[in-house]
This record gives sequence, structure tokens and C-alpha cells, in this order.
Amino acid sequence: MTDTAVATEDIARQFGDVWAVHGVDLAIPAGEIYGFLGPNGAGKSTLVRMLCTLLRPTRGRGIVAGHDVARHPEQVRLRIGVALQDAALDDRQTGRELLDLQGRLYGLRRDERNARVAQVLRLVDIGSAIDRQVKTYSGGMKRRLDLAAALIHDPDIVFLDEPTTGLDPESRAAVWDEVRMLNQEHGTTIFLTTQYLEEADELAHRVGIISRGRIVAEGTPDELKRTVGTDVVVVRLEDLDEATLHALRQVPGVEEVVADRHEVMVHAENGAAVVSPVAVALHDAGAAVVSLTLRTPTLDDVFLQLTGSHLEAEEGGAGGATAPAQGRTRHEAVRP
Amino acid sequence: MTSTAVAPAPAPARRVQARPAGFVVDVASVARRAIRQIPREPEAVIPALIVPIFFYVLNIGALSTVTRTAGIDFKAFELPVAVVFAVTGVSRASALVTDIQNGYFDRLVITPVRRLPLLLGLMTADLTLVAALAVPVLLVGLGLGVGFVTGVAGMVVFIVLSGLWGLVFTGLPYAIALKTGNPGAVNASFVLFFPITFLSTTFVPAPALQGWLRAVANVNPMTYILAGLRSLVSNHITGGRPGPVWNFTVLGEAVLAIAAFGAVSLTLALLALRGRVRRR
Repeated sequence: MTDTAVATEDIARQFGDVWAVHGVDLAIPAGEIYGFLGPNGAGKSTLVRMLCTLLRPTRGRGIVAGHDVARHPEQVRLRIGVALQDAALDDRQTGRELLDLQGRLYGLRRDERNARVAQVLRLVDIGSAIDRQVKTYSGGMKRRLDLAAALIHDPDIVFLDEPTTGLDPESRAAVWDEVRMLNQEHGTTIFLTTQYLEEADELAHRVGIISRGRIVAEGTPDELKRTVGTDVVVVRLEDLDEATLHALRQVPGVEEVVADRHEVMVHAENGAAVVSPVAVALHDAGAAVVSLTLRTPTLDDVFLQLTGSHLEAEEGGAGGATAPAQGRTRHEAVRP
Repeated sequence: MTSTAVAPAPAPARRVQARPAGFVVDVASVARRAIRQIPREPEAVIPALIVPIFFYVLNIGALSTVTRTAGIDFKAFELPVAVVFAVTGVSRASALVTDIQNGYFDRLVITPVRRLPLLLGLMTADLTLVAALAVPVLLVGLGLGVGFVTGVAGMVVFIVLSGLWGLVFTGLPYAIALKTGNPGAVNASFVLFFPITFLSTTFVPAPALQGWLRAVANVNPMTYILAGLRSLVSNHITGGRPGPVWNFTVLGEAVLAIAAFGAVSLTLALLALRGRVRRR
């Protein structure tokens, strides 16, 4: 396999008048876990469907495992494993039958299929349920079987489209462990889309943040977080007005103030040093403070700084893991 | 001296090489899955068996006496109708729609499987099922005293022709399933069954049909299929002088009718498959 597992050049996809993906450039080296982070409707799944040959790009190019996805889709299919959003399974097969069928379609001989089923079941723990019909599985088990089906032919590159959406925390952690093991022990390149900040932070070597069909930032989670400063003082207020924001901007050591309705993010190199001055400034401005906390930056702060809205707020309320804050539809980015 | 037992490190897993499985393996793999599903969905199969047997017994009970006066052996006359009822419209089209809706079809499309076997595999399973449905109906007819003038060979041809008819009819629900991905539309395709089967010689011989019904029956492939099947059962099913035991003219017309219907229905299904798997 080439050193670059996935590369795109200005890849774009249009549906009617809408550009779902609007000119994305990627270069993902082999062996990397790449996290593609963005809210629902940002274009994550459309990009994955182009890269795994289900959709033809409207323009641009996608190269996966050294092969052009538009010109040589059959070569790409041999080298990738895909677990699409929502486990795509047949409820009336047993888990073992489903895996065996996948193996047959990838041209594996009986001994190869048996060996691979045993191997993927060591990675993806389904237990004795493997011989039960899929309709008896829990959501977490279906996700794990979906992952196993994506791995049955030992692919070089695996696309996981929101692999933990809708899972309980325990099942989510199990999938994370399996993804890590797959990458560390087998060197598999993993392209992971997610709307969960924590998931991208925990799993990905590098993260691409996508908003409205465009990549707005890319780097390691630490690199991205450093772009918004080292610490954040989060202040929740009963009412937010320009005078309060002005007062906060005047506090020595404050680098940036970002407001989102009743919440203000005060960015500072040394958060601990500005907590007291911030509290005093709020008091002097007559602000009614609900809470004040100090934390290190998250990818949500990166997203907020780049797009002017929280990641959850852009989800439109559809099935987010962290429930979108009610009424958080208006936002305002204020820079000192 | 103490010794330490060291567990051998597990041998690294041998990597496998994915490759195209080949056309025949693709068809067999898809068919194998579809056939395995059949006994797991008895609710889809049992009515297809019970309904034609019920109407067969009902019709011959109600009309045998009347038709006997016209010289018609109604048990033999209606046996092909019962078998056609059993095999027409039985398909995996609803299961295909489920696959499309839950994303499993996409999972299959992402594999190296060729596109045509995705349909042919299902049709292979359908052929197996319709043949399996035809046999018990045939046995009921034999149990009621219907004999085959063409013997066991005729029974085999009877099952094969019935199965082929059932197969080519599946082209319609598959075309609708692939085109729409809508279970309601697939279920609605069953209405096609009624004009095709009833605007024909289903209950009376061709000479007894009058006016527009006769004109429609003359161009309905079902008329020729029923005639072919009936010729295998009896060479004087509507009375009169016995014809040849093997009436190859009538059988040839039945085969042509099936082929003509299949040319249309399977073309529609293939076009719908092409549209479905085309990367839009």
C-alpha cells in the first residue's frame, strides 16, 4: 500500500442546488486514525460515501489505497472496510452467517473465512450471540458486528461513519477499545467520522473539522486546542450584555472573549491567574453570575472559534450524543 | 534453580487477500443467503401455499358438476390455475426493499460482488421456492384423482414451466423494489397479478370466452401458459377428440409466452438494478 492511505483533491459533491461537500483536500498517511468531526449535515457521511465508492464526486478527486475512487472503484472496494452510519445488517441472519457471507463476497476460501471470523471475533467481542439471529442483538452488539463485517477481509483502510452514535457509554467505550486495538495491533488506517468531541479527542491522531461542507481546521487535537489558548474560564450569566463583555475584555491576561447567549468563554494563557480578576470585573459590571468554571480548551472551543457556534448547536437537534442546548440557535462571536 | 515458564507469543495472524469471488460464487452466495431466509419467514410462504389449494378445492367443489355437463374435466382444468396462483408473485422483493432501507444493500454494493448477481441470486432463491410451492399443489391434484397423460416426465415439465413463469413474473416486483425502495409499492405490485391471471382462460376454455374478454385473453401470455400446462395433464381436457399426448405446438407457445413476458419484466428489473447501483 502507498504511504498515503486516503487523499482527496478539491473533492466535492452537489445534490441539486446544495453542495454537501464543497472542495475538500485531505492527505491521510497509512496507519493513522483520522477523525472527521462535524455536526449533522456538515458533509461527513457524503464524503465517506464518495471515498467508499457509493457516490460519485461532482468534481475533484479521491484516491484511496492508491486507486481513484471514480475510475477504479472495484480496486478500492477490495482494500477498504466500511461501517456506515446505522449498522447495516440483516436481522434474519445469524452473526456468523453474516460474516461468512461477507467473506464469500470478498473471495475468501472456506479456511480463510473460518480463520478470519475467529480473528475478528477476538477483536470484536460478541460472545455466544454470534450464532443467534441479529434481530436479537442490542444496539451495541449490532455496532460491533457491523465493525466485524467491515474487517472480515482484513482491509488496509477502514471507514467508520459515526460508529458510536446512539450507543450507551459502556458500548461506546468498547467500540473505542476495538478501534484502538485495530489500529495499534494491525496498523489499519482508520477514517472515523464523528459528531462527538470526546470521541475525536480520545481516538484520533489527527482531526479534521468540517462545517457546511468545508474543512475549517485540521491538526492533532492538541494542536487544534492550542489555537484557542491554553485555558478557558466559562461563565454562565442570567443575562448577557455588551457592557459585561467589554469589562471582561479589559481584564489583564485575557486573550479572547467569545459569547454564546448566556455563556461566555474567556480565553487566557494562564486561566488560574485571571479567575479572580474576571470575577471582580463581572461583579463591577453588575452581571448576575450563574456559574464560573475554569477548564482547559476542548475541540468544541475550536469549533466555536472557527464557526461562531457550538458543535451541538449546529446539529439541529437530530440525535446528538450531547443533547443540543434548547434554544441555542442564535450565537454571537465577540473578539476583543 | 527455578525455571520460568514463558507463554509463547501468539503467532501473528496470517493476512488474507480480498479478491473478486467470481460470477458463479457471487450468485450462489446471494442465493444461499436468500434461501436460508425463506424458512425464517414462514408468514411469507404459508399463505402462498394455502390460498391456491383452498381455491382449487373450492372451485372444483362448486363447479365440477356444472362443467362436467360441458365435457370438461374441471379438476384437471383447474390444477394449472392452482399452481400458477401458488407461484405467481412469490419473490424476495420485499426482503430486497428491507435491505435497501436498512443499508444492507449498500453494504453488499461496497463489496467486490458483481451487480447482476445481486438480482440473480435472489431469483435463484425464488426459483427454488416456487418449484417447492408447485409440488404440494400438484400432489393435492394427484390426490384428488388428476392424472398426467404425459406421465412423470410431464409432471417434471409442468413444475419447470410453472417455476419459469413464477421466475419471470418476479421481474415486476423486483423492478418496483429497486426503482422505488418502497415496501408499499412492492406490495401494490400484486395488483398486476389480477389482470394477468383472470383476463385469461382461468375458469373457462378459450372458445367459451366472449367479446372483449376473448380479445384480451388472446394476447395475454397467461392463456398460452395455462394451455401448455393443461396439455401436460390431459390431451382432451375440454372433451372432444384426444389430441397428441405431447402437444409440442401448445408447449412451444407456452414457452414463447413465458419468454416474451420475461423479456419485458426482466429488462425492467435489470434497468432498475442498474439505476440503483449507479453511483449517482
